[in-house]
Amino acid sequence: MKNMKTALTSLVSSAMLFAANCASAMTVDTGPAPAGPPSAPPPVNWHAISMFVVFVGVTLYITYWAAKQTKSAADFYAAGRGVTGFQNGLAMAGDYMSAASFLGIAALVYMNGFYGLIFSVGWLVGWPIILFTVAERLRNLGKYTYADVVTFRLRQGPVRTMAAIGALIVVVWYLIGQLVGAGQLLHTLVPQISYRVSITIVGILIMLYVTFGGMKATTWVQIIKAGLLLGGATLMALGVLAHENFSFAKLFSDAVALHPKHLDIMKSVVPIGAKANPIESISLGLTLIFGTAGLPHILMRFFTVTDSKAARKSVMYSTCFIGYFYILTFIIGFGAIVMVANHPEYVVDVTKNILALKGGVNMPAIYLSHAIGGDFFLGFIAAVAFATILAVVSGLTMAGASALSHDLYAQVIMKGKPTEKQEVFVSKMSCIGFGILAIILGIAFEKQNVAYIVALTFSIAACTNFPILVLSIFWGGLTTRGAVLGGYTGIFGSIGLLIVGPTVWTKILKMGPAIFPYDFPTFVVLPLVLIVAYIVSVTDNSESAKQEREAFAAQMLRAETGIGAEKAAVH
Amino acid sequence: MPESIASKIHSNPKFVKLCKQRDTLGWILSLIVCVMYFGFTLMIAFTPDILTAPIASDSVIPLGMPLGVGIILMSCVLTGIYVFKANNTYDPIMKEIIEEATK
Repeated sequence: MKNMKTALTSLVSSAMLFAANCASAMTVDTGPAPAGPPSAPPPVNWHAISMFVVFVGVTLYITYWAAKQTKSAADFYAAGRGVTGFQNGLAMAGDYMSAASFLGIAALVYMNGFYGLIFSVGWLVGWPIILFTVAERLRNLGKYTYADVVTFRLRQGPVRTMAAIGALIVVVWYLIGQLVGAGQLLHTLVPQISYRVSITIVGILIMLYVTFGGMKATTWVQIIKAGLLLGGATLMALGVLAHENFSFAKLFSDAVALHPKHLDIMKSVVPIGAKANPIESISLGLTLIFGTAGLPHILMRFFTVTDSKAARKSVMYSTCFIGYFYILTFIIGFGAIVMVANHPEYVVDVTKNILALKGGVNMPAIYLSHAIGGDFFLGFIAAVAFATILAVVSGLTMAGASALSHDLYAQVIMKGKPTEKQEVFVSKMSCIGFGILAIILGIAFEKQNVAYIVALTFSIAACTNFPILVLSIFWGGLTTRGAVLGGYTGIFGSIGLLIVGPTVWTKILKMGPAIFPYDFPTFVVLPLVLIVAYIVSVTDNSESAKQEREAFAAQMLRAETGIGAEKAAVH
Repeated sequence: MPESIASKIHSNPKFVKLCKQRDTLGWILSLIVCVMYFGFTLMIAFTPDILTAPIASDSVIPLGMPLGVGIILMSCVLTGIYVFKANNTYDPIMKEIIEEATK
């Protein structure tokens, strides 16, 4: 314990040293740029920096506190299973409301109007499905990861490997999307900090939170972030409504009058300018609803609560928080049309395009905060956006590290025989590895087109993680062979069709017209996974398959009653 | 769990009935969410004109907007219904069943 404290102190001080170096680098960078038009260097955004430093300070203190209490594997992976339903509801909301949903949905609405709501609705409806189908049973059956549940009565090696691969692909790509967003955001807001330095700061903070504080620190980072984000978004929506005399009718008609596409923003069922495509719309719908229900970092949070009752309540709270938040982002997006578009201070060139903003497509919500509350509020919202990224990346790192250490190392490689100490050690090493990987990937993907990331992560979650989880819980006939072949069908089917789809094949690889003409492959892959898992399972006449079917009764009993479920640790 | 407790619970008709009730509620509520959401999705796919028609002749607000917001609000309400029912009806019965089997 003492060692850890010293290690933590030295890491914190080295992080501070690093921050100081960044600060001195910043002053060097503020000198006149060698190229480009001669313009005054942008002033340092001290509001954003100071609020961000306060957030980091508080969260590092929490990490220090959590590290002192994190002893066992259950502490590390599952916060000692002592999280209440309300706390977990907020933490899940904090885990899920990413910068993509805050800045991204506001930006989608800003550009396309109504179309943004389709994403909000799709990203929310997965939550009630999680509650009605898997939430309590997940808590009753599992220990640390959703793979625990899938392998409850199936063979550890092959099934867990498949489930861990599914989890890792989702986590790593989700991570890349978050990091590229974080680097660009921080660099835009505080131009004195370069993209690479931004990514490195994120990577180091994540390593500190997760390696030392485990799930406990992650949970509190997510709770604080959820509170800040909900509070900040509420103030922004109120600012918009105050500007519009608290009339939604006025807000929407002003937006229609100001937006260059006018009434088209109320008729956009696809991005403005794109051709309507019914099959793509349906496939997107399937991907959003079932993808949400298959995200490993969300499913992992169910093991942190005391019992199945708290698991249940936490989904109710998170659904309400997230639903409320999505309604706010919709108001924020329309508010940005009215209060940000066509304003020369935010727009690149108002004479050419009144929508194109300085700093890129994700900026409408950020500038709206400036239009409402000046530099101070912009600083606050910028710090909130950054806190959002840190919280989501912490959750992803936790999920990725547990897939590596608990699933692959402890259960597959060591066949469930490592000591708890060994397992926790490996998971801490995995966290550090993930932090380093995050920095490398974040920098490697700086200039890459990452437009396919949402489709990739949500497709694999919707086509592999979620259907295999549901089958393993509800269908006694599922066998090891069925789960493995079904799962790999989902993983390789999604990846394969995405590669030959329009975004990757045509836009990124420039190979000409796409072989598979849809961005979201779920409508093909999901039914295929179910068919493969079914046919392979029912035709499996092996002795082990027979035993697996027989073991379903005991699994069902534990899932329904909670007898034998992992108990909350007593501290 | 000891075999005797397991078989006692399995053979308790109250347990079988409770599981059935809870499953039925879960599937019905899931079905409601799916019908609402895929109804919305199918309108996006096949009848976008109806979905984007203004709610009143003097309004710019399309029908899809209150529908979308309505689905979000209904999702919250349905999770509330499930949690209320599970906490107040199913949990006490399950507790009884477990007590009967373990005493």
